[in-house]
Amino acid sequence: MRSRLTMLFQVVAIFASAAAVAAESGVADHYGIPQVKFINEQISSGWTESGLQPSPAATEGEWCRRVHLDLIGRIPSAKELHQFLTDSSPTKRPDLVSRLLGDDYTDEYARHWTDVWTTVLIGRDVTNERVNRPGMRQYLRRTFSKNLQYDRFMEELVTAVGTNANRKNIDGFNGATNFLSGKMEEMGVENGVQATAKTAQIFLGLQVQCTQCHNHPFNKGKQNQFWELNAFFRQTRALRRFEESQDVQWVELVDEDFAGEGGNPEEAELYYELRNGLMKVAYPVFVDGTEVAKSGYLPAKMEDGTAYGVHRRKELAQLIKASPFFPKAIVNRMWGHFFGYGFTKPVDDLGEHNPPSHPELLDGLAERFREQSFDLKELARWLVLSKPYAVSSRSTAANVRDDPALGEKPKFTHFYLRQMQAEELYESLLTATEAGQAARGEEAAKKKDAWLAQFIIAFGTDEGDDATTFNGSIPQVLMMFNGEMVKEAVSTGKGGFLDKVAGSSMNNGAKIDTLYMAALARKPSSSELSMANRMVAARKGDVVGALQDVWWAVLNSNEFIIKH
Amino acid sequence: MARFIDVPDGMSRRHFMNHMAGAAALAAPATAFTNSILANATDMRKRHKAAILLWMGGGPSSMDIWDLKPGAPTGGPFKQISTSADGVAICEHMPLMAKQMHHMAIVRSMSTREADHMRGRYYMHTGYVPNPNVEHPSYGAVISHELADQVPNLEIPPFVSVGGGSVGPGFLGMTWAPFVVDSNGNVRNLDMGVDPARLAQRMEMLATIEKRFIGERRGASADDHAKVLDKTVKLMTSPQMDAFKVMKEPKDIQEKYGTSGFGRGCLMARRLVEAGVPFVEVDLGGWDNHANIFPTLQDQKLPMLDQAMSALVADLADRGMLDDTVVMWMGEFSRTPNINGGGGRDHWARSWSVVVGGGGFKRGVVVGETSSDGKEVVSEAYSSQDLMASVLKSLGISLETTFTAKNGRPMKIANSGKVIKELFA
Repeated sequence: MRSRLTMLFQVVAIFASAAAVAAESGVADHYGIPQVKFINEQISSGWTESGLQPSPAATEGEWCRRVHLDLIGRIPSAKELHQFLTDSSPTKRPDLVSRLLGDDYTDEYARHWTDVWTTVLIGRDVTNERVNRPGMRQYLRRTFSKNLQYDRFMEELVTAVGTNANRKNIDGFNGATNFLSGKMEEMGVENGVQATAKTAQIFLGLQVQCTQCHNHPFNKGKQNQFWELNAFFRQTRALRRFEESQDVQWVELVDEDFAGEGGNPEEAELYYELRNGLMKVAYPVFVDGTEVAKSGYLPAKMEDGTAYGVHRRKELAQLIKASPFFPKAIVNRMWGHFFGYGFTKPVDDLGEHNPPSHPELLDGLAERFREQSFDLKELARWLVLSKPYAVSSRSTAANVRDDPALGEKPKFTHFYLRQMQAEELYESLLTATEAGQAARGEEAAKKKDAWLAQFIIAFGTDEGDDATTFNGSIPQVLMMFNGEMVKEAVSTGKGGFLDKVAGSSMNNGAKIDTLYMAALARKPSSSELSMANRMVAARKGDVVGALQDVWWAVLNSNEFIIKH
Repeated sequence: MARFIDVPDGMSRRHFMNHMAGAAALAAPATAFTNSILANATDMRKRHKAAILLWMGGGPSSMDIWDLKPGAPTGGPFKQISTSADGVAICEHMPLMAKQMHHMAIVRSMSTREADHMRGRYYMHTGYVPNPNVEHPSYGAVISHELADQVPNLEIPPFVSVGGGSVGPGFLGMTWAPFVVDSNGNVRNLDMGVDPARLAQRMEMLATIEKRFIGERRGASADDHAKVLDKTVKLMTSPQMDAFKVMKEPKDIQEKYGTSGFGRGCLMARRLVEAGVPFVEVDLGGWDNHANIFPTLQDQKLPMLDQAMSALVADLADRGMLDDTVVMWMGEFSRTPNINGGGGRDHWARSWSVVVGGGGFKRGVVVGETSSDGKEVVSEAYSSQDLMASVLKSLGISLETTFTAKNGRPMKIANSGKVIKELFA
């Protein structure tokens, strides 16, 4: 115990010199990774063209905090920060990234990306009975633990069959079914409208849902395009299953022959209504116009061995994989994750009406991602080792006008502030108070879900639209001020974080330094230190109480909750 | 320790203010902050304008509620009944509202183009179609921003959303974000758990960190954070929080509004408006009736709506508040005049109704008309921005007001909508 705190003290001592080294160590470097070089060149030429200068490099502590938050969903622990700041190797940054993407952090990496993708795939609304969140999470954890190729991931989600909940006595569990299980039916009408909309939005970056009812006034989307895409989901059914005499239910996603609404399974069609009331017919046609066989039969063989039928969802997955929008959509989403803004806003709208800020970079990264066998960890590595990821969030006179919040296209001259996601805050509080190790497994995930649920607002539509009040508004501040989680974090209970710091042999200044490093990855400024000392004095020697107040203030600060 | 917030106006509060007077506010100048919390809370009852939006999430079928088409093949099974307004008929399953229609006006000639939930929701709340480059402020943000000065002592948020999330403040900033509460008026995490002196010390420490970070020019969100902290402290210590406590209302009044969440929300809206809050949105979802629409409306949605909405209008009128309080009823769009195979109606924006009343609006009238099958507006058609302009006018807010979006672009209030002239005498 004592030696660890002494070590923390050393962190503080070497902090200033490490930061100085960083400024010179050439963050412009691409570490011999050609894709990083490509990003740096593209982004830099954007700066030149728009007459902007990038901000200086972020401090080592800031960069270390960023990369932990964005890759594994929490701030670095004091130990991890120390290890990084005391590393003098010129390859310390790629080394850290390799560590975070490597075996030591597999579980944490998987937990973070499970959080991210749970929200992408099924939203935050916990009330949809046709979705089994533990099942979804279980699938995603396994997927990200083994770094499944992204094309395989999409294929597994789009073509999933099986039961959505992992329960005893239920066969055929496949957590991937949860992507579609809650999107096949609306108010008793089983037509896969949501499945169509979300598949296009997430995997192709195309917003086709508006064209469900009408030709889109602003992009080229036509109503037939929606229903022709929808036709791919018409062999799929989400069947509700109930366990007798118990209130337990789950969904089984199955493929069945589609007889067609016209009654001819050889050419299984569906009908949709134009706004003038006319009915039109649709068969499966991909967004680029590629048609597949019109048969509603699943693949099978006749008695004489002749094959017939087509598996519409499998065909769809292949078409998505071959589409240029597929890698672009994920590159844009990942860029948005790491940089706060994608090349388009929103990140899942790549339609022609919404041109990207850096078209060549987007296309080039998409190609390289495909060449790299759709390896998500490699893509993440390129982004966090790039120069724009290493610049400070402090703007300068030479780039203050680069502010996408003002509606300008982002130029990434400085790191854009953004608030942690609720999940990231939760994990970061656990890390800062060294309570993280105790909280793992499905029980811990349920506790976290319950905590997250307080922020969710459902909109009362069939599409399960939701929003969060974890958005910098008053309820969030109240939670940070007075909520149980923060009360626990600032408790002075025996063996807790504050108790350990207070009970150590460090002097008061070093104790306060320790709190700052643990939460903000920096030392207190002189005015902060003197304010903290005044608080110790005001509490008449009650050091634990004063540390508690400082700790509360640090955890409630903008600097803690904002990624910077 | 006792909940500090429960102490209305006595020693603890003064005690706290004395402490806070020493602690600098985080964003506003310290004097402005302490002045406002030291101000006397009894001025609150003076007259002020306000608006209550009853938001029907999912898109309610207005042709089954406000603009019935009894003879039409797709008119549905509901009959119409006459109301307290001359010549105005509405759905038979709204009998209580029928007695209040002399206070209200139906606009039957809304015609919009957004038939996707999220786009429609945004458009009807802001008067603008979604735009990737700029986020527009919603009704609640615009109205609370424009009317903020009329109740200088307001310590609770000026924009409250009950039972739903409303739409955000856009470029007006997080200061004008909706304060979201459930229909029981429970506000989580209000209890400080430390004594006021200690909270004041903590705030001082926090102010030091906040100000340093803001001073480093990292962007507007650092500043916004501090502003919201200030508001939170104000709210935590305010006796005005009592307005959220619907259960303190006399039992007979509670019964009039009904025990549904929406009923309680409407009652809370009245209490909040009485306390000086300029904008309250109360949400009632479940109108996305793609299937089985008629039993759903008849047995569930309409009885709940009818009781709560009629109680709200009557209560406001009884208290003499209706002349200063606008009540609006709408969803993101309406539903198809055709009935689909599942006995439901799908999304429809081309011809539909909203209901407004109170404030400076003309009462007991119907504006506009749809064709006999409900599929077309056959009079002058009105848009979201027209409705917004009309609501603002009826609150006495100037339509010449221009905002400056964050990008420096001037934005005319209500997107330059034109006032619906038939709504004014």
